[in-house]
Amino acid sequence: MDTFFNNLLFGYYPYVAGTVFLLGSVVRFDMSQYTWKTNSSQIADSSPRFRLGNNLFHIGVLILFFGHLIGLLTPHRWEEALRIQPGLHQIVSMTSGGIFGLCAVFGGAILIHRRLTNPRVRAQSSQMDVAIIIILFIQLLLGLGTIPFSAQHLDGSEMMLLSAWAQHIVTFQPGAAAFVAKVSWMFKIHLFLGLTIFLLFPFTRLVHIWSAPIWYLGRRYQIVRMRHG
Amino acid sequence: MKIRAQIGMVLNLDKCIGCHTCSITCKNVWTSRDGVEYAWFNNVETKPGIGYPKDWENQDHWKGGWRRSANSKITPRQGGKWRVLANIFANPNLPQIDEYYEPFNFDYQRLHNAPESRAQPTAKPYSALTGRPMDKIEWGPNWEEILGGEFAKRARDYNFREIEKEIYGQFEHTFMMYLPRLCEHCLNPTCVASCPSGAIYKREEDGIVLIDQDKCRGWRMCISGCPYKKIYYNWQSGKSEKCIFCYPRIEAGQPTVCSETCVGRIRYLGVMLYDADRIKDAAAVADERDLYQAQLDLFLDPEDPAVIAQALADGVQQSWLDAARRSPVYRMAVDWKVAFPLHPEYRTLPMVWYVPPLSSISAAVDQGQIGFDGEIPDVASLRIPVKYLANLLSAGDEKPVIEALRRMFAMRIYRRRQTVNGVTDTAAPDQVGLSQAQVDDMYRIMAIANYEDRFVIPTNHRELSTDDVYGERGGCGFSFGDGCNTSGVNPTNLFGSKNPQRRKFPIAVTVTPRPSKTRK
Repeated sequence: MDTFFNNLLFGYYPYVAGTVFLLGSVVRFDMSQYTWKTNSSQIADSSPRFRLGNNLFHIGVLILFFGHLIGLLTPHRWEEALRIQPGLHQIVSMTSGGIFGLCAVFGGAILIHRRLTNPRVRAQSSQMDVAIIIILFIQLLLGLGTIPFSAQHLDGSEMMLLSAWAQHIVTFQPGAAAFVAKVSWMFKIHLFLGLTIFLLFPFTRLVHIWSAPIWYLGRRYQIVRMRHG
Repeated sequence: MKIRAQIGMVLNLDKCIGCHTCSITCKNVWTSRDGVEYAWFNNVETKPGIGYPKDWENQDHWKGGWRRSANSKITPRQGGKWRVLANIFANPNLPQIDEYYEPFNFDYQRLHNAPESRAQPTAKPYSALTGRPMDKIEWGPNWEEILGGEFAKRARDYNFREIEKEIYGQFEHTFMMYLPRLCEHCLNPTCVASCPSGAIYKREEDGIVLIDQDKCRGWRMCISGCPYKKIYYNWQSGKSEKCIFCYPRIEAGQPTVCSETCVGRIRYLGVMLYDADRIKDAAAVADERDLYQAQLDLFLDPEDPAVIAQALADGVQQSWLDAARRSPVYRMAVDWKVAFPLHPEYRTLPMVWYVPPLSSISAAVDQGQIGFDGEIPDVASLRIPVKYLANLLSAGDEKPVIEALRRMFAMRIYRRRQTVNGVTDTAAPDQVGLSQAQVDDMYRIMAIANYEDRFVIPTNHRELSTDDVYGERGGCGFSFGDGCNTSGVNPTNLFGSKNPQRRKFPIAVTVTPRPSKTRK
């Protein structure tokens, strides 16, 4: 029975979440771009506290995201070639994750408090706006919660299992779920909620991440649209 | 040279009575919706005053418009591209809604259903943001109406710079004006430059600046970029919105709603031809007092055969060139030089221009407060209103404003002698360098202001916007992206439905002349 649930949650669920994430985003972009937005509430409350919170939250989450991406998906062979020991990898992950996790949690706390207590922001919020910030906040706390568990494996062995799982999933290799069968429950909850965030992604304001306007840096200032589209 | 055409606007402030009809009709047509209750695409401010949103003219505070740097390049005052992106999570220059005002509705029903009481029931205001009752309304879009409110607040008006503080109060007894404001549809708009998504654009054919509601992601950099604070964040839809210059009406050759309904007949619409290649240089001239002249130099003479030939080559329609020759905007801005851009020092090259008000100055003349310089009242001796108007309309350069006021005086004096004394005396126009024909034209267009003289708007030739006019017949009209049906908004329709905006005629139709049959 344990194997069944392990396979369901960490063998099949990632593909369900990933499919919904990608397909859902494409469908929403195609069908309803008018709803594709950051949904900023800054006009309702632009206090210095909000600006601090929002910057901390975004910078923290961005670095955490790319940290996870690189940490989990760099092939083990490359790390060996670069002489990065799993132990070193583990320490770097724990410290950077800890620092920016705290950043994001602190910022997130400000944002949750504001979203729930500022009457203007509250009135403007959709149910999904409230839900997603709470879910992200819980995920951040869970992520910080994994640090003591990682500290029990400073050789990086458990982390190598997690990254093996991730790499098997994204490269469609069988048997991925087996890697995480024995990791600590804390990691499993963190993984499960992470996959769930991907599942919810297209239905929330998170879609604005796809539109990160890096192209702005390369474009000219003025835009004139011609008669012909 | 690349010639483009734009429908420009001139507002003759001398005739504005501050009735707000423009604001109300605009509101009823465009912004009586959720999320933009607080937004007035057109509003009328009483000057002196700090305006709406509060203190919008103070770019040291709001960081709107452009800044010229040491290397003679211009960048948005709120920062270059990297700075804009660095501020994207929390824009430090975004006005909070209170800077405009908290929108509210009165509970009129209470006047009907209040129980019997010793005092009259009142209609309490309820916030449109939260639905909660508001104790006190602190500010509104027209809070300073006819110099309402405390003088201390109004005296913060940015146009008082370089005017001694102690004279403000005295000044107020003699001077007041109305300033109707809308999007300037600039030649060098900072909102367009600030938009990280590239959703804001200027239309090639008529210069109208629009926000693509599908492409806008709500990064809200345009709001701080615009020095006139004429882009509004719709807090319900999460998108920015702005004055659309009533483009559906303009396309059909009709004036904008604000112009159409103006009871003082102060608004003029007409075609302006300009050289798009020189915009960058004009916006970057070193001395901000030269910006007015630099923009004037961009405008091209619609009578010049070389301009006409180049314009046709650049795709400007003949009907537009015809209209440009009759453009009241060109007359007032270029021929007579009585209209000015609003705050040219922002370097946006605005296309809604203003004729300065003469009335308050002529009041001083009637009271004998100033003397005459030949035939014309000595306008320059009224230092404060002139300096104030120059700060508003010509980056502080008093000379062109004085010149315009003198010309308007000359027209009045000429017409008064004609109608009251029955003599045609061109002494006053002669003194300011206006011919009799010009001053008669000025009188016809600015004083009489008949409908067809105020609005010279060619239709937009929408048939040129598509290769397939027939295919568009019965297509999806204006919608917020997904309003039409279940088909997508991209050319690549995910579920294989036809494109809602552009349907293709299934067979390419070609007409080949049939060889004529020879009769037997």
